[in-house]
Amino acid sequence: MYPFFYRPMFEVVEDGWHSFLPEREFELLSSVTNEWRLSYVNKEFSVCPSYPPAVTVPKSIDDEALRRVSTFRHGGRFPVLSYYHKKNGMVMMRSSQPLTGTNGRRCKEDSALINATLRAGKRGYIIDTRSLNVAQQARAKGGGFEQEVQYPQWRRIHKSVERYNILQESLIKLVEACHDQSHNMDRWLSKLEASNWLTHIKEILTTSCLAAQCIDREGASVLVHGTEGTDSTLQVTSLAQIILDPRCRTVRGFEALVEREWLQAGHPFQQRCAQSAYSNSKQKWESPVFLLFLDCVWQILRQFPCSFEFSEHFLIMLFEHAYASQFGTFLGNNESERCKLKLPQKTMSLWSWVNQPQELSKFKNPLYEANSLVIWPSVAPQSLQLWEGVFLRWNRSSKFLDEAYEEMNNIIDYNKELQAKVNALRRQLAELETDDGMPESS
Amino acid sequence: MEHIRMPKVENVRLIDRISSRKAVLGTLYLTATHVIFVENVSETRKETWVLHSQISSIEKQATTATGCPLLIRCKNFQIIQLIIPQERDCHDVYISLIRLARPVKYEELYCFSFNPKLDKEEREQGWKLVGLKEEYNRMGVPNNYWQISDVNRDYQVCDSYPAEVYVPKSATAHVIVGSSKFRSRRRFPALSYYCKDNNASICRSSQPLSGFSARCLEDEQMLQAIRKANPGSNFIYVVDTRPKLNAMANRAAGKGYENEDNYSNIKFQFIGIENIHVMRSSLQKMLEVCELRSPSMSDFLWGLENSGWLKHIKAIMDAGIFIAKAVAEEGVSVLVHCSDGWDRTAQVCSVASLLLDPFYRTMKGFMVLIEKDWVSFGHKFNHRYGNLDGDPKEISPVIDQFIECVWQLMEQFPCAFEFNERFLIHIQHHIYSCQFGNFLCNSQKERRELKIQERTYSLWAHLWKNRADYMNPLYREDHSQTQGTLRPQTAPCNFLYKFWNGMYNRFEKGMHPRQSVTDYLMAVKEETQQLEEELEVLEERLAELKKVQLNNRKQNSKQQDRNKHIELSTSNNSIANTPQDYSSNVKSFPSRSPSQGDEEDSALILTQDNLKSSDPDLSATSDQESGVEDLSCRSPSGGGCLPSEDSGKDSDEAVFLTV
Repeated sequence: MYPFFYRPMFEVVEDGWHSFLPEREFELLSSVTNEWRLSYVNKEFSVCPSYPPAVTVPKSIDDEALRRVSTFRHGGRFPVLSYYHKKNGMVMMRSSQPLTGTNGRRCKEDSALINATLRAGKRGYIIDTRSLNVAQQARAKGGGFEQEVQYPQWRRIHKSVERYNILQESLIKLVEACHDQSHNMDRWLSKLEASNWLTHIKEILTTSCLAAQCIDREGASVLVHGTEGTDSTLQVTSLAQIILDPRCRTVRGFEALVEREWLQAGHPFQQRCAQSAYSNSKQKWESPVFLLFLDCVWQILRQFPCSFEFSEHFLIMLFEHAYASQFGTFLGNNESERCKLKLPQKTMSLWSWVNQPQELSKFKNPLYEANSLVIWPSVAPQSLQLWEGVFLRWNRSSKFLDEAYEEMNNIIDYNKELQAKVNALRRQLAELETDDGMPESS
Repeated sequence: MEHIRMPKVENVRLIDRISSRKAVLGTLYLTATHVIFVENVSETRKETWVLHSQISSIEKQATTATGCPLLIRCKNFQIIQLIIPQERDCHDVYISLIRLARPVKYEELYCFSFNPKLDKEEREQGWKLVGLKEEYNRMGVPNNYWQISDVNRDYQVCDSYPAEVYVPKSATAHVIVGSSKFRSRRRFPALSYYCKDNNASICRSSQPLSGFSARCLEDEQMLQAIRKANPGSNFIYVVDTRPKLNAMANRAAGKGYENEDNYSNIKFQFIGIENIHVMRSSLQKMLEVCELRSPSMSDFLWGLENSGWLKHIKAIMDAGIFIAKAVAEEGVSVLVHCSDGWDRTAQVCSVASLLLDPFYRTMKGFMVLIEKDWVSFGHKFNHRYGNLDGDPKEISPVIDQFIECVWQLMEQFPCAFEFNERFLIHIQHHIYSCQFGNFLCNSQKERRELKIQERTYSLWAHLWKNRADYMNPLYREDHSQTQGTLRPQTAPCNFLYKFWNGMYNRFEKGMHPRQSVTDYLMAVKEETQQLEEELEVLEERLAELKKVQLNNRKQNSKQQDRNKHIELSTSNNSIANTPQDYSSNVKSFPSRSPSQGDEEDSALILTQDNLKSSDPDLSATSDQESGVEDLSCRSPSGGGCLPSEDSGKDSDEAVFLTV
């Protein structure tokens, strides 16, 4: 594969493979709370093959308990910390479904683990990204959901978020609609509607907002899972962080988010992003889960155009590299596979390239002003739009829009330039005036 | 006044439409000109003002345990839902509003009582801001081919046309009058736009009274004259903007369209734009979709498609593009008509003019364009926008569609227009508000008879005064997009037309982007201007100081080195550290720092503060001297706050939990 042959034409200043290690992230967490620990129970990828070697768990839960819990969760994906909300100390965790099966199997370590995140007398929310019906059906295959009797301190909310081939079919229909050559307005709108793409966007955003709302407004901790905890779960946990955490709206913060919530969290990129819209639907595992996430970020960016350090181009770049790249970052399905392939040794990290100042400047949003607030997007259909930058980029000229973007940059650059000049002159004047001790003597 | 049965009702609840669980308690006032709702919350006393002329429909719904609901739909797409405790009160309010919202005399309209405190001279100046004579001069007429005709001096030839019309020089009064007799409502072909680069022109008229076989020599001569006025071309296009079927049906009534065999050297073309009735019901359907409470994505897209609205917008745009292309690229003159030539013809001629001539894309030019193709050529504002009580079948969003076409073009060409979206929204608002005299009546003749210019004020002067609010920061006179003809993409371009959230959900602020790029850039530009001024002052001072220093240069040589060093470091700093710099260095710009203040509200600061300053509803609020009774409701801050603008203040959070 190309990434193994690719040799960079640039000097690596910072190796992206080491930019976002779990240890780094944990350090940040430790500075605000001591209720959590970094566990290496999965060092050999033996407890959960799709988890990274190091995960953050409640301090009070030991590795032995984690091993037990892992046998009770689909694919061994026991609940781990996804996000800590500094403002009120509430947390978001993610996992896969519990393996209760039809006979209501239980695991007391599992409830102990998630209860450890609750404050005394407080309840938490479990957001199941499947409809109740689907969750109930899962029991027949050994899966299931948390029953109230066993988790009395948790309130379960089912929010249906689509997955797998339904999303893939949606993407195929959307791309087909965008390439429709007829001049018929009705046909375009009905094709757009029939693709259901925007319905999925609305679904995912609504669920993410709900998770964020539970944490920030209800002051409750949240556990998010679907079936495997590698797709819709990650969409929800990562978008909730975009909404809640200003850091995730910076370039570095967003890269860390992708690294933490998608790559290390074991979203199977290799399976999901093999063929894009042109795959035949027999490709069972193909699914634009990550693209939907990026689209949702774009929707929020469009509603808060001054609150993100990166621009739309950054998101488009990530979309492209997730599907085809000279870098190793999105290869493999999880950390374990990336480790076996020795990607960090054999390939270049996307972040090494992106984070060079001259590259980064192409992806920065000139309108950015740090916004420390929670940003609540509107999920009304009127507020959601087709992401033209991705879906219509090949069938229309973006010349006039590019010109507008350039103009915007010019306005802001000129302002900065003047700002710098004025500052310099002010200092110069101040120095002259104080040193001379005769300010107004002319 | 005599129509107000109930000037004041207490304990009325105003329902928040986004999250129906929220409602605010307050007092409802009916005045001679406005419906006013004042919230009880003592520190804010937020007010919602609605002009009677904005009211489109009032619906009294079934009484419930909590009271009697009243739904007021406005022509500017605001929807107000009230719950009045007593059924009797509700009924009185309902009956009063029904009468107040449908005035029968022009004198009842708001513009006759509205007083912006300008003296007579200022008012007259205001009306002179836009002049059509200057406009035709700017286009290059009169000239060798075109002249101004006084044949319609006393509106004797055509009472819906302006007194001054521009016609081909070779068309004699005899030809004009003859042609007018062969045209529906005597609206003979007259000049709308002239392209001085190639002599091609856009003329407009109504349909010919051709029936199945009738001919008129003068009308044929008139079209010949138009062709001859463009020596570079040996034919003209005749564009009938109706669907062919409609035009054919008209023949049975003795009307119809031009027969290519009777007119020499014309190319006849149908462009199917639907009639006012289809458009009215299309908008109705679209608004129903906008009104849906938490619709699914499919509900919305399906409803939008089903309304056909965007299809109609595209049809109008396509017609404009066709004409602009004929004029600019082929150098061929075009005669445009529909049935009476005052609706679709106005839409199409103005879209084509806008595409052809950058002047119409400036603020002043846009006012001129509306004055030219809509006001002067007898677009029936009174009938179409229901200013006076009249036939509901005459009402239709004709100019709304034109305004939307402009917005769609702005989306495609972000640098091409001098004005921004707010300018369009406010013009739409005032077409219905009747606060200014510009859009009263159905024709120039009626306006002259009513002495509109002596008794009312001009909207254009009002907008011009506040032009800073309407600037598009991306507009630059020397930008490539502001030069020459705009050429929108026509190949598969369905997806280019988008739902205009800012207009049709104008008052649902929660649905709009929470930060406005336009406002942000405007603030940056304002700051830039201040920096430029400051820079000049600083440079002067520095020069002065240096002069002083020349006297003791030796002493200062070390100093200079140090300065250079500092200059370098400051400039680096200010680039890396912009946000903080903005607020600490110069004047503070509250609208530019979304991160200040408390949580939910501040995320909205960018849009709200700036909108408030210039919203048309606000100007309504500021008229404290309009003879309105019941002023007790006015908060001391006067026009300081506009409640309707804040309706979306709270985030949509409630929405997520209810599903």
